[in-house]
Amino acid sequence: MHMPLEDSLGLNLLAANDHQAEHNREHFDAWRLLCLNVMSSPGAGKTSLLEQTLSALSTDLAMAVLEGDMTTQLDAERLEAVGVPVVPITTGRACHLDAAMVSGGLKLLRQRLDPADLDLLWVENVGNLVCPAEFAVGEHRKVALLSVTEGDDKPLKYPVMFREADCVLITKTDLLPYLPVDVERIEAHIRQVNPRCTVLRVSASSGEGLEAWHAWIRRQLQQQRAMAVAVSTAAATTPDLVSA
Amino acid sequence: MHEVDMTKCLLLAMQDWRQQHAPRIPTVQAVHLQVGDFTCVEPDQLVFTWQAAVQGSWLAGSRLAIESVPLVGRCVCCGERYSPQAEQAYRSPCCDQPMEEIVSGRELKIRSVDYTLAAKQHSINDSGISNQPTPVALEI
Repeated sequence: MHMPLEDSLGLNLLAANDHQAEHNREHFDAWRLLCLNVMSSPGAGKTSLLEQTLSALSTDLAMAVLEGDMTTQLDAERLEAVGVPVVPITTGRACHLDAAMVSGGLKLLRQRLDPADLDLLWVENVGNLVCPAEFAVGEHRKVALLSVTEGDDKPLKYPVMFREADCVLITKTDLLPYLPVDVERIEAHIRQVNPRCTVLRVSASSGEGLEAWHAWIRRQLQQQRAMAVAVSTAAATTPDLVSA
Repeated sequence: MHEVDMTKCLLLAMQDWRQQHAPRIPTVQAVHLQVGDFTCVEPDQLVFTWQAAVQGSWLAGSRLAIESVPLVGRCVCCGERYSPQAEQAYRSPCCDQPMEEIVSGRELKIRSVDYTLAAKQHSINDSGISNQPTPVALEI
């Protein structure tokens, strides 16, 4: 007699995380918000870009941030100063956020506000170009940052991260005049591993490229809302089809 | 060392699998994984953390066997399969195209489990005796 354990095979090794991530995403969809997972190496400029982006978009969008940091709450304090609710998730020695940590962050967030009132939820991941790429947290889009000071070989050295990203931001472009680095080459290497992603060049200091970045965010928001409407319309019409 | 977290995920999946046999506890000899070369997983570290994690548990003594799956791309221009290399910026050697389509190399799969239940020896895999053609994901 065979036990029905064949069903468990062919499972993704990360099924436990994927299930939690799917659960998080169901919440995001129910709340009709867009969740962006922002990833990069340490010091690529995630927090600076978020500071700038939050102040620019908070005039008409309701946002909150789940802030992953290994041991400190320094980034969370910087972002809170912008006036947007921030929940710090201190990961201890873990080098990435996983779906369960984000779920814990959501519980804390719900003590402060109703997520259904949000348009956009940011997840700022731990600075690391390796494992955050493999651990889904329920995000709708992945954003990867690569600063011009990191060199043009990084998309080839950490290809999984750049392959997984929906949008890659080449940051700190205001430093280009002072560096022996070819930004065209950085962009070409990103496109080699991920020809379909959006690549934008930005500087949080000079403001270069930020309009295009904000426009990208708004497009994703529109797409997500359109999808949410389509899903709820389908859900509303399905019972009729069944009864017919 | 994200292999620790990956091992935790794997143990959760195994725990769930074990529940299907309750009240009996299967004795596991080996867990076979497929790990693609285009993932962030270092097989040796996964084996190391597995050995440490299963000590003293119902999986003690089991072996983690990892089959590496090479990265294979398909050229969007001519359809030729090729082996993308970082040194060549992953481009296709035939038509010099970027790595658009990945055929294999992203696998992180639990392929099969060798185990004993009661007195009978089982060896199961996802291509053989299943009466359901598509593997169904576990609810963790």
